[in-house]
Amino acid sequence: MAAKTCTCSLEVNEQELLKRLDDVLNDYKGKPGALIPVLQITQKMFGYLPEVALKRISRKLDKPFSEVAGVVGFYSFFSTVPRGRHLIRVCLGTACYVRGGKQVLDAIKKNLSIDVGETTTDRNFSLEVARCFGACGLAPAITVDDDVHQRVKPARVKEILEAYLPGKAVKRVKSPGKKGGRK
Amino acid sequence: MPKLTIDGKPVEVVDGTTIYDAARKHGIRIPTLCYLESIQAIGACRVCVVEVEGARTLVASCVMPAAEGMKVITNSRRVREARRAVVELLLSEHNGNCQTCERNNDCELQAVAFDLGIKEITYEGGKTKADVDSSTEAIVRDNGKCIKCRRCVAVCTQVQKVGALFPQFRGFKTVIGPAFGRDLDAVTCIQCGQCAAVCPVGAIVEKDHIGRVWTALDDPTKTVVVQTAPAVRAALGECFGMPAGTLVTGKMVAALRRLGFDTVFDTNFTADLTIIEEGMELLSRLKKAVKDKKPAALPQFTSCSPGWIKYVEHFYPEFIPNLSTCKSPQQMFGTVAKTYWAKKIGKKAEDIFVVSVMPCVAKKYECSRPEMNDSGVQDVDAVLTTRELGRMIKQAGIDFTSLPDEVVDPIMGVSSGAADIFANTGGVMQAALRTAFEVITGRELPFENLYIEAIAGMEGIKEAEVTIEGTLPEWSFLEGVTCKFAVAHGIGNAHRLMENLKSGKSSYHFVEVMTCPGGCIGGGGQPRLTTDAIRKNRIKAIYKEDAGKKVRKSHENPKIKQIYGEFLNMPLGEKSHHLLHTEYVSRDRV
Ligand code: SF4
Ligand code: SF4
Ligand code: SF4
Ligand code: FES
Repeated sequence: MAAKTCTCSLEVNEQELLKRLDDVLNDYKGKPGALIPVLQITQKMFGYLPEVALKRISRKLDKPFSEVAGVVGFYSFFSTVPRGRHLIRVCLGTACYVRGGKQVLDAIKKNLSIDVGETTTDRNFSLEVARCFGACGLAPAITVDDDVHQRVKPARVKEILEAYLPGKAVKRVKSPGKKGGRK
Repeated sequence: MPKLTIDGKPVEVVDGTTIYDAARKHGIRIPTLCYLESIQAIGACRVCVVEVEGARTLVASCVMPAAEGMKVITNSRRVREARRAVVELLLSEHNGNCQTCERNNDCELQAVAFDLGIKEITYEGGKTKADVDSSTEAIVRDNGKCIKCRRCVAVCTQVQKVGALFPQFRGFKTVIGPAFGRDLDAVTCIQCGQCAAVCPVGAIVEKDHIGRVWTALDDPTKTVVVQTAPAVRAALGECFGMPAGTLVTGKMVAALRRLGFDTVFDTNFTADLTIIEEGMELLSRLKKAVKDKKPAALPQFTSCSPGWIKYVEHFYPEFIPNLSTCKSPQQMFGTVAKTYWAKKIGKKAEDIFVVSVMPCVAKKYECSRPEMNDSGVQDVDAVLTTRELGRMIKQAGIDFTSLPDEVVDPIMGVSSGAADIFANTGGVMQAALRTAFEVITGRELPFENLYIEAIAGMEGIKEAEVTIEGTLPEWSFLEGVTCKFAVAHGIGNAHRLMENLKSGKSSYHFVEVMTCPGGCIGGGGQPRLTTDAIRKNRIKAIYKEDAGKKVRKSHENPKIKQIYGEFLNMPLGEKSHHLLHTEYVSRDRV
């Protein structure tokens, strides 16, 4: 299965991806322990785990949807919200924290109007926190994709992020809330 | 066959028996909170720990197999202290308030804490927050009271094959519930209440209708009429300490009168009516298929169990045409009470308040379905579970066990033995065959005492066939035809049956499905905790009630003849079609 890892897979038509998911599911159908590998492949294909894919997985692998959801919720590496083109990670390890990592995080949240674990509506940025990536000497640190930015000040956040902007205004994506579906 | 000693007592058990089962078999009680006979033994709660000589740590007896030469101690200081610590820890997190909890006096956590002599809670811990989901019509969940024993998950996933519940999230955030922590009405829950029947605490309960019933009873402008399902009379006594399988029909009627119900009727009356309508529906489908050689939706499925209906709507919508269009006896009762009977007593439908007492939780959901208002208003206004009726009787200070036996009111209280057995798995089928066979042949169903053993027991899927001979002229096209029947109880078994039907592995003419294991006598609204032994006792009681009736066949119920004569005209007629039949909708699968 040629699983795409790059975020440009987001631009691939969802129907196309679902067709590919069906191929994967046909391969794994009836095999014990299939759920986690299938979820990993799916996340690579879509960049995240969209609900329509999870429902398809639930039916094809004959697992209750509640169980699929339970497994997705159990492992932190699974995400049900789309990832942005750029992943921002803010270090909240001890050194960064005492030197203002929290304020940097707040500034980013405010700037992008998203919370930790969320993605902007234009799917440009996703925000996560991390525990130390070994840049303590120049704390506080953040990474955007593979770039490390050190000694970040809240006031500089805007400028840093602008470099990754495609030029559109960003809006917050609502994560899938409670309710939905038919009774 | 390992030999071991438990508390010094030598015992011998078959291979694979757990210490817990071995102890139990020999009269030694070990407390449990997560174990569920023949359904779940996962060692989650650790209340069942025992000491095994030579083992470094205490072991969970519900998962540890008994082994040759083992010396087990179930009641030492160490064991007691360990159990106490486990329960104290649970209580320290438990967002409970026993005095106002629905499970007060009927709670396994409370009972275990009491039995262990817990006097104070030494652990300080954060309490879980109350988190109440009352999004559905029948079930209320409160994660704040959940002790994460997972019994509900095992029942919903394995026994019912619905899988609405599963542990979500992780660590301290773990909750047992629907996908992604959503509300129950956002997922495919069939409202069967089997989860509520096994929950050891007050974390899953039925939606309370006691309040609205008291309000109606206090309202002088309302005529409050009550119907009771057959399974209730075989279990209500358990709420008052009577042994399972005690028939309390007469006391129940007396209690209902003392609670203030104006008229006490019986769901059995409309169970008889269901048999006439559903039996004729089956015969008309057979006629279409065999005589007219036209496509007919066979097998016909029974439609009296609302959980099963919702299951088909979600999981097998392609089989919706196979469901009998007959309303359930509860719903037929509501409609008939607010039309036929209302006219008889000179009242309007809106002045009559219909209460059902049901062994079932899904009936609360059923009565709220938007199509269930053919009388012009909601046909059934409130549904009490057997447990709720027990509670109301206590609230009213009625001394149930010393009540005299009274009889139900006439007309909609009169019923045949065929109606009683609706409560048992296989009962609707037997009742339908008693009538259908006689319609076709003019003779009684050729089984001793009208009892078809092959479809009566606790087997998950039961099958029977009858070759029709000696038909009356009108039904001669059925001469020599072998009719095949199947009965399933518990949705997991129904699921197997449906898959066999789909793959062509089996084929039938008529299929009875009851949502709950054992049928209604094992319903989600029955006194807790229903085990197989209890199911068997209740089933026996119901067959006794049937055998004791003068009239054993629905079509011989004189009041049924009367209602057709005075009101409905004929089975499957226009009036029936409008009042007694219904329709179904296809629903999302996940
Ligand atoms: S669930 Fe049991 S222990 Fe908890 S509040 Fe209710 S009765 Fe008390
Ligand atoms: S009511 Fe039945 S289907 Fe719904 S969660 Fe409980 S056991 Fe599952
Ligand atoms: S809801 Fe009840 S049955 Fe389910 S895990 Fe919680 S305590 Fe156990
Ligand atoms: S009953 Fe054995 S661990 Fe819960």
